[in-house]
Amino acid sequence: MIDPHNWVKAHADYLYAYTRARINDEEQARDLVQETFLAALEKIKTFEGRSSERTWLTAILRNKIIDQYRKKSSVLLNHDVKHTEDEPADFFDHETGHWNSEPAPKNFGIDDYDPLRSKEFDDILMKCMQKLPALWLSVFTMKHMDDEPTETILAELKLTAGNFWVIIHRAKLNLRACLQKNWI
Amino acid sequence: MGVLKKIANNCEHATFLIEKKLIKRLSISERIFLKIHLAGCGLCRLYQSQTTKINQMIQRLFRDANGSNARLADEVKKEMQDRIEEELNKN
Repeated sequence: MIDPHNWVKAHADYLYAYTRARINDEEQARDLVQETFLAALEKIKTFEGRSSERTWLTAILRNKIIDQYRKKSSVLLNHDVKHTEDEPADFFDHETGHWNSEPAPKNFGIDDYDPLRSKEFDDILMKCMQKLPALWLSVFTMKHMDDEPTETILAELKLTAGNFWVIIHRAKLNLRACLQKNWI
Repeated sequence: MGVLKKIANNCEHATFLIEKKLIKRLSISERIFLKIHLAGCGLCRLYQSQTTKINQMIQRLFRDANGSNARLADEVKKEMQDRIEEELNKN
């Protein structure tokens, strides 16, 4: 059963929430939901009723979200692998191979809080996450929300394994440093 | 002794492996490297515990966003349905 007259009423909020969890931009998320409905209309004949209408629409939406990730990653790839401006010049002393003293991990708020309960931390976390390369968030989302195998992520985002791990590593070094610096 | 020193004096590679481990199973040699390094390096042990917590927090943040909070305004929904009807009428 497929009923485009009822799509928005039945699925728009669900699809929008799904998108917002993966794309941090209200306007872009709205556009993606709208585009999903229009794309679905075009291929309505391919709907075979093996999955529910919602599952089918979500699959179309998911491809559109990954297209967005891919666009961002091709624009930002060079930038991502290079250092960002806020980044400490060096996390590590290249003579000794150990942490430099300023960016070295110290105990801060995060160690005393139950991370699953601490809402106070969320504002700082979001602020620090916004400084990260868009590509890292795409990778993290695919990995941790959709539980995609690494190989799928590499293929879909057209990344090499080498780039993938460098991006993950540098982004997390920066994110942790940002939290330590901004935690009051 | 040379090998152990090399492992001890490479916090950059240790943190790289800590991040990799959060996503993927490490190879045996990677696991040995990390185990030896962490045994002697308190800073990287602290890094590991903090970065693991950070992942949990981000996941919770995403899950909350995926919950019932995000809703479209009624006028946006109306526009969306109007666009769909417009397309349907073309055919």
